[in-house]
Amino acid sequence: MEAIDASLVDWSRAQFALTAMYHWLFVPLTLGLGVVMSIMETLYVRTGREFWKQTAKFWMKLFGINFAMGVATGIILEFEFGTNWSNYSWFVGDIFGAPLAIEGILAFFMESTFIAIMYFGWKKVGKGTHLAATWLTVIGATISAWWILVANAWMQHPVGMEFNPDTVRNEMVDFAAVAFNSGAVVKFCHTVSSSWVLGCVFVVGISCWYLLRGRHTEFAHSSIKVAAAFGLLAALITGYTGHHSGRIIAEQQPMKLAAAEGLYEGGNGQGLVMAGVLRPGADWTQPSEEDKMLFAVEMPYALSLLATHEKNGYVPGVRNILEGGYTLPDGSTALSAEEKMKRGRIAIAALAAYRAAEDPALKAEALSTLRENFEYFGYGYLETPGDLVPPVPLTFYSFRVMVVLGGYFIALFAGLLLLRRRLEKWRIVLWCVVLSIPLAWVASQAGWVVAEVGRQPWSIQGLLPNVAAISRLEVSSVQTTFYIFLGLFTLLLLAELRIMGKAIAGGPDADDNSQPNA
Amino acid sequence: MRFYIDGFRGMTLGRTLWCIILIKLIIIFAVLKAFFFPAYLKGDEEEKGKLVSSELTTRQAGK
Repeated sequence: MEAIDASLVDWSRAQFALTAMYHWLFVPLTLGLGVVMSIMETLYVRTGREFWKQTAKFWMKLFGINFAMGVATGIILEFEFGTNWSNYSWFVGDIFGAPLAIEGILAFFMESTFIAIMYFGWKKVGKGTHLAATWLTVIGATISAWWILVANAWMQHPVGMEFNPDTVRNEMVDFAAVAFNSGAVVKFCHTVSSSWVLGCVFVVGISCWYLLRGRHTEFAHSSIKVAAAFGLLAALITGYTGHHSGRIIAEQQPMKLAAAEGLYEGGNGQGLVMAGVLRPGADWTQPSEEDKMLFAVEMPYALSLLATHEKNGYVPGVRNILEGGYTLPDGSTALSAEEKMKRGRIAIAALAAYRAAEDPALKAEALSTLRENFEYFGYGYLETPGDLVPPVPLTFYSFRVMVVLGGYFIALFAGLLLLRRRLEKWRIVLWCVVLSIPLAWVASQAGWVVAEVGRQPWSIQGLLPNVAAISRLEVSSVQTTFYIFLGLFTLLLLAELRIMGKAIAGGPDADDNSQPNA
Repeated sequence: MRFYIDGFRGMTLGRTLWCIILIKLIIIFAVLKAFFFPAYLKGDEEEKGKLVSSELTTRQAGK
């Protein structure tokens, strides 16, 4: 067996994370702001008030700036699949390619057609047609997100495919199972609703900035009313879908749940950690005499209820998952990590034997062994059971950041709805709302950190760890491109912030002369 | 067609945004793709399959 430099895995991951996190700065604002501006245009069409038209046009301008700056940032991710993650790309090509291709076609035809009508068509098409184009632009962007999330959910829970040892690829055998994977449905609802929250925080934040400056007060109050009401609804949906997401993770990725909860020793009737501090430097791959949690405030039984819908349901911790032996929801007994690694190595050897064999009988025997153990294929690349443990502190704290900020946004939107016109007297609240704008991105990125860091070491859960998924490149090449991207992304971000800042400073009055199209 | 021509002609802020989009696309496709993203898997489908198969059956984690 040939060894892969561990730092190559780390740099490849860092580069992909940088690109994905940069891309994710733009996507949620597109999804969230899109709905808010569509609601405002709907109010214009329903009431006929010119005020709502100007309000919608202003937010549409900021939507356009964000959309333009985000264009093509996802393409770099697709390049990286081919260069840095070539084994992965080949291994999953047929499954991963279909959702991405559908996304590309939808994004191109649906969004590009309707976005043109949305920006160029104010004086060219009727009110109803324009409103339909605005909504269809947003719906197109949301459907695009669906297909990307289908691809991501498949990596977290691979279904609907069959491995072909002749081509060394997984081939799709059940499109519906891939497209409507339980993880994909919940992930889509949670991701999109959290993006709505982000869009609403952005709108109320900028509106409060106008109130602090004593400018565009009518515009600001109306924008806050719409965004706070929709944001409150979206934040509640995000909490609800987050709960379902927890249940799915408990079923499909118990190690991620254990890491997110800092749960080393599992058991029945587990409490949910509301607040806690992990012992710095604790080794989560080995048992120790000291508790790995320094202190924790728990909600009794809540984790068991979340994971199993039973007060005394069993939730495995990191140690239980590594050692196995507990009863799984389907009644079978969980294998230990050692056993899974052994079966993974058998599967890899069977693939090699199948590829080398010329005698049909030997080929059939190898294929049978491969099929029998394929479920554990990826475990064969791991050196020790500890390799299965993700970075616990990062997953644990990111999860808490996401949840705490989610709760804060519910309170924020509810508070804004309660204060309404009295809001201007509460300058401290106005400042809090303005300063909350970046927190929406922090929460959104923290959610992705939980989802992606929490499932390490896998590129595809159980089938392909990162160490087998990456291309055999020079570490220095990956480091160089990492810094090039970092510089490029920073420059682009500064450009966006400058253009966006200028548009916001101009305010809605400047709207007619500064639409992206106008 | 006229719709698009009039729309593009009337742009103000949109011109800056389109400039940024074009610069970005040139950097991504002409510079990054050409110099920093060489095709790792080469040859026809069979050769690519053989390369990945060899990688997957001989690889192990580094120490």
